[in-house]
Parts: sequence; C-alpha cells; structure tokens
Amino acid sequence: MRPLDRRTFLKYLAKASALSAAASMFPGIIFAEEQLKNLPDGPMDWVKSPCRFCGVGCGLLIGLSEGKAVAVKGDPNSTVNKGLCCVKGYHSVLALYGKDRLRKPLVKKDGRFVETTMKEALDLIASKMQETIKEHGKDSVAIYGSGQWTIPDGYVASKFMKGGIGSNNLEANARLCMASAVTGFMSSFGMDEPMGCYDDIDHANVFVLWGNNMAEMHPVLFSRILDNRLKRDVKIIDLATRTTRTSAAADRSILFRPQTDLAIANAICYEIINNDWINASFIEKHCTFRKGKTNIGYGLEDGFNFNDEAQPISFDEYFDFLKDYKPENVEALTGVPAKDIKYLASLYGDPNKKVMSLWCMGPNQHTRGTWINNLIYNIHLLTGKISTPGNSPFSLTGQPSACGTVREVGTLTHKLPHGVVTNEEDRKMAAKIWKVPVERIPAKPSFHTVEMFRALDRGDIRFMWIQVTNPMVTMPKLNRYREGSQKTGRFVVVSDVYPTPTTEIADVILPSAMWIEREGMYGNSERRTQHFQKMLQPPGEAMSDTWQLIEVARRMGFEELFPWKEEDHIREIWKEYSLFHAGKKHAMAPYEVLKEEPGVQWPYVNGKSTKWRFNAEYDPAVTKGKFEFYGKPDGKAWIWMRPYEAPPEIPDKEYPFWLNTGRVLEHWHTGSMTRRVSVLHRAVPHSYVELHPDDAKALNIRTGDKVRLVSRRGKIVLPAAVNERGQPTPGQVFVPFFDESMLINELTLDAFCPISKQPDYKKCAVRVEKA
Amino acid sequence: MPIKSYLVFPKQGKKALLEASLKDIPSCEIIQAENKDLIILVSETADQGEEDALMQKLSEIESLDHLNLVAGFNDDNLNH
Repeated sequence: MRPLDRRTFLKYLAKASALSAAASMFPGIIFAEEQLKNLPDGPMDWVKSPCRFCGVGCGLLIGLSEGKAVAVKGDPNSTVNKGLCCVKGYHSVLALYGKDRLRKPLVKKDGRFVETTMKEALDLIASKMQETIKEHGKDSVAIYGSGQWTIPDGYVASKFMKGGIGSNNLEANARLCMASAVTGFMSSFGMDEPMGCYDDIDHANVFVLWGNNMAEMHPVLFSRILDNRLKRDVKIIDLATRTTRTSAAADRSILFRPQTDLAIANAICYEIINNDWINASFIEKHCTFRKGKTNIGYGLEDGFNFNDEAQPISFDEYFDFLKDYKPENVEALTGVPAKDIKYLASLYGDPNKKVMSLWCMGPNQHTRGTWINNLIYNIHLLTGKISTPGNSPFSLTGQPSACGTVREVGTLTHKLPHGVVTNEEDRKMAAKIWKVPVERIPAKPSFHTVEMFRALDRGDIRFMWIQVTNPMVTMPKLNRYREGSQKTGRFVVVSDVYPTPTTEIADVILPSAMWIEREGMYGNSERRTQHFQKMLQPPGEAMSDTWQLIEVARRMGFEELFPWKEEDHIREIWKEYSLFHAGKKHAMAPYEVLKEEPGVQWPYVNGKSTKWRFNAEYDPAVTKGKFEFYGKPDGKAWIWMRPYEAPPEIPDKEYPFWLNTGRVLEHWHTGSMTRRVSVLHRAVPHSYVELHPDDAKALNIRTGDKVRLVSRRGKIVLPAAVNERGQPTPGQVFVPFFDESMLINELTLDAFCPISKQPDYKKCAVRVEKA
Repeated sequence: MPIKSYLVFPKQGKKALLEASLKDIPSCEIIQAENKDLIILVSETADQGEEDALMQKLSEIESLDHLNLVAGFNDDNLNH
C-alpha cells in the first residue's frame, strides 16, 4: 500500500478528528459521501490507549504509520468519552515529537551536563544510592514519583523502596492534588475512591460543581453534562471563588469567599435537617456521627505532626453544632446570600431530584481539605443520595493515574499496595507476596511530600530520584525547596522526557520512554483501569521508568525481587500486583481482559465491572441489606462534625489580595509537554495574572500591562489579563502555573491539610503592583 | 504550514449560504452534514499570514454563527 505523505496524513487526521467530534455531539449525524471515502483507515493502524493527560481517562485510538504516531481520534467504544476528545487529547501524540526530546542520559560534571551511556548512568545511580545508604542510613534516600507514573512504575517503586531497601521514603506528586480526596474517603467510608461512575452524569438532574472549573479541566465530562442538559431538565450550579468558562455555561453561578466552602456545606446540612429533608431511614440504617479534633494547625513548621481522633456523637449533638451555620449566620463570612444557600439546600433536599456533586482541586488543595471532602459527603449521606445512578458525590482526579498508581498501588509513605504500613496484617501481606522478611517493611511512615523536600533541604535526605514530575515548578514556597535541593552533599536523579526546571537541579538525567513508547496501565477517576501497548520505539536510549527502576534495583542486589524478563515484565508485574486486591471489594481484571477492553472498572467480579459500589443492586461485595459501606467495620458511613476554620494567611494591609493558582485548558500541568505542541503553545503562550476589572481600574492596570506580584516568599512579573478567560472576585488574583518562565509557586505558601498533608495552592496573600 | 479542522455552525436557515461562502475560499475544504446544521471545515494554509487572512475572511461571513476548532497541526512540529 502506498504510504501517505505527511501533510496528507495531517489533513486526514484533522478531518477524522472533526468527524469524530461531530459524531459525538450529534449522534446519528450523516456525512454519507465523505464517510465512505478519504478517511484515514488505509495505511494506518488504529490502536487503543487512554489519553496521556488528565484524570478523566478518555479512550483514544492512536493512528500509527511507518513506526510513528501520526493521528488521534476518540475511541467510540470507550464509555468514558464515547468518541469525543478535548484539544489536548487531539494533539497528544505531537507531544512525543518535540525537538528537544531527551535521548541520552546526562551526568553533571563541573556544573555542565555531559552525555553518557544508559549503562554508565544506571551504574552511577545504583552506586550513589548504595553509598548514601551506607553513610547516612536507608532513610537518607527517597523516590518521588507521580500520578503520571503507570501502574507498573509505581508498583516497582513501592517494592524497591519498601520491600527492598526497607524505607518508606516513597511519595508521589498526587500528594499535591489528591491526598485530601483520599483522607476524605477513608474517614467517611473507610475505603478510597468514588462509589459512583461517569454514568451518573446520564442520570442526575442537578450538578453542583464545588470549586471545579470543569469546562477547562475536565472538558469531555463537562460536554457530557451539557449534552444531558440539551436532552433533559438538568441544572448546573457553579459554586466557586472565580468566574470561569464553567460559570458562563452554568445555570447559576454562586461565588464565595476563599475557604468558606466549609461554612456553606454546614449551612446546607443545617437547612436539610431543619426542613426535614433528611432521609431518616437511610441515616438510621447506614450512618453514624463523629467529631474530630479542632484548631488543628497548618503544617508550616518542619516536623509538624498531627493525628486526628474520631469520637462518636449523637444526631442531636451534630444538629446543635450546625445551628451556628444557619444560612443567615454565614452570609457575612461566605459572601453568599442566605437565599442562595437555601436554594442549594433545596436542590439537595428535593426527594425527586438526583444530585451529583463534583469537585477536584478546589476542595482538595485546601488547608482543611479532608474536612470539606467530609462535609460534601455529609450532604449526600443526610439525604441518602449516594451509590445509586445519578446520586453521586464525585471526587474527580487530575492526573491520568493518580487513582491507579498512587492511590491503588499506594505510592505514598504511609501506604502499601494493599492497606497501610502501620497495619501489621497489611505488612504481612506485602512481605508474603514480595517474599521478603516482614521486618524489612518499616511500620512507621516517614516523610510526606512537603516534609520530604524539607528533609532534602535539612540534609536528612541526601539522595532523591524524581520520575515523571516537575517539582521545581510545582512545589509551593518553591525558593526554599529549589535552594535545598542544590545544597552540597545532595544527589538528585531526574527521569523525564524533556528538559525542565527539575532536570536543571539534577546530577543525573535519565531519558524516559513516554506513554505509548512502552507498555503500561493507567487508572482513572471512576476506578477504571486502562491498558496500553508499546506502539513506538522510544528515541535514542530512552527507557521506561519501570525498567530504569528495575535495572537500578538489580544493580543494588535485589535481583530476586525483580526476576522478570523485559519482554513480558508488565504482564508479570500486573499478575503479582493483582494478588494484593483479590476479593470482591477490590478485584482487578486479568491482564488479558485489560488488553482487550477499552477499560475495566474494579471491583471486577465474575467477569463484570462494578459501576456503583456499596449498593447490593450493583455491587457483588454487598452482603447485608440494600446498602453496606463495607469499608467501615460496622458497614456504616461516618457523618463528620467539622467546623469552619480560617486559612493561615489572610490578605492584610501589606498583602491585600488573595492569590489563587490553577490550570488552563490547553496546557497539561507544568506545560513541559503541551508547550512543545505549537498549536497549544500558540493558544496560550505564557502565563498571566487575572484581575477583577474594579481592582484593575483602581490600580490603573490594563490587559497586557506588566504586573508585579509580591508575597512574603517571593515576587514575579507577569502580564495582566482583565475580562479575559476568567474573572476573579474583587480582592483576588488568579495565575496559571503551567509557565516555567513565570514560576508562581515562588509566591505560594507550603501550608497543608494536617490530615491529608496536601498543600493549599488556592489561598495566600499577595501585593499587586504595576511594574 | 498549519492544517486545522473546525465544526462550523450556520445561522438559522442559512446553511446553504454558508456552504457557498466557504466553497469560495481556496484554502478550505468542506464536508457537509446531510441531516444536521453543521459543516466541517478543513483549512490548509502556507504560513501564519495566510492563516490570519483566512480567519479574517471567516469572520466576515454573515451566515456563519460560530465555529469550534477541533484539531490543528503544523507539520513543522513533526521533526522526527
């Protein structure tokens, strides 16, 4: 068959993408003549893969020709996106082919990077790791990974650190984005990850978006919501601190003051009880009430430690507590009129409406992140609107495998592939599967992410291996951690696909195989595991992160832990990892099923995915009655008494503005991949600071003017954006974090939720000056 | 060398007029939906100047309600 030239390919790709998008928007649309000719089915192979970017987990079909990925279209067989893609997904394969792709290992010598071979680089890493352990102990080395790690990457890292070296110094960047979601699930239900699924979107009548700009961050799911609104009576409520594209598309936009979502959620619960909109039977059968500690701090000091304690309380005690949160009482604090809070409560309280709450970084990146997750669950538990189609508190995730790799494999200091290091039975299970002495797995967690970088600064950690993430852009209070990582006596290894500010601090840079240049699996927000095969040869000496870890582990004497052959190691890893999750509550699908299907949702029992957990109608693990929250020993979920507490840094006379940070549609996280795709780069070529028009006018600032932002930790200059994509409330500014030339995290604060240890990137105080 | 595809939506009752206008633009290829008010537009321009001129022409078409960019490629990207 005659190969197509590149331009013809691109034209076919553009055409196929548009046809696919049109088919998704208008099911049944006919392009009769064109559908039969000139479509890119000829010389291309189309192979399935989950998208490389966000946590939605859209199914893609990758067009391959002559050893190259040349096209993308949405997979019509994927129930996630049903053939649709967002602008990042359509351009995802171009991120493989940036001109400055890392192809050879680099070693820093006399301040300059020098090319070396992969063998020499891996030898050096292994010897440095061994030398550091010998001199400073096993807890002086650490691995910092990612929610963009594949599941095998994370599993091998966990086995290497916890089962091999015997240290819990393993963390991942999902600590910065999903940790509060995890502790929210664990404290309310005793089990992590959503009970519902994306199919809830097709059943719900009301969508309440809690601080969640879905139109830009989860565009495919948002388009599914909009599609439902075209067909049914559906209401979308945007509850946020900033007006966005989501607000524009919503039926109602309600703006609140930063941090006061805690008070709003409690006020909604007060209204639901006060109006007798509760589902009393559901509460009696399936819920109990708890209170935890208060005034719990912010983690600003090194070595901060906190453990919550749950105490049982009665329904009456809970309702007494809520009386401080009558809607009229919290108007002044929240900035939300009482009538709007009552309106929200009436939506949740209407027995004839199915309600879906969706959230992501707003509630999670929050110094009371665990609490606000608990409070949203409270609303659904009080009304019994949970675990049935369309009634769904749904914590969305940001990265393609934050759920699959970090939460399910457990690549955090306190976690194991099943359970936690503090639990003896969980340690015994890991030791048995890994065939290592149980004493080797430490029973005490070591450093969570912020504390891990503090430990690198202090010198408690001397060696750090960073894979698939860019902490020298994403760490809050960045100046401290960048300087700390470059102190004498530190050795930093960075595995990545492009040069970044993090590779700049490295002593060794390893070129990684990216996404479909190796085999792997991702796990998305709805418990869906998706396999992708190796479709392309990685450039130069680039190697998968999994195999890099195995090579170094073997050099350090852990051959027996990693006996697999390169040709089938992913299958063997999956088989071993699946042993941790055997049983009806968390069973994973066999490797062969994952290879065939566009994705499978765990628990996978008797050849079927489980769409709704805890409900006997859908969940084979439920043994008692209609509902069973089996994560808790008594099968009941916990409704938590959690108060409003202020954030640690509030605007004042010297720093009078709130700083909120986040993402934009076109760029993935720190932009290290998407900024190398010219269409995406040109769409948003640099960062900016959004101001409210009244603030801009008072400061004589117009769009494009240079603005200096100053916090107690740093300052940067950016162009202003007034009345552009988003609009902050008066007294607030917003800055996207994708641009490595304008590092907004030099200004942010490293305060975190004391329970989840997740930092708050949404609130600190800054001064705004015209530069 | 930008190549882009768009979903183009006509103003109510003006699909035929829009099709005619788009057909007159040399750098564009169109695909018409038979049963929906939607046209797919695939553009192929030589450089940014031509791209800007195309955008200007599109913005002047009276029968065009709005258009959504679906995919955009620049073969300079593919340096492999």
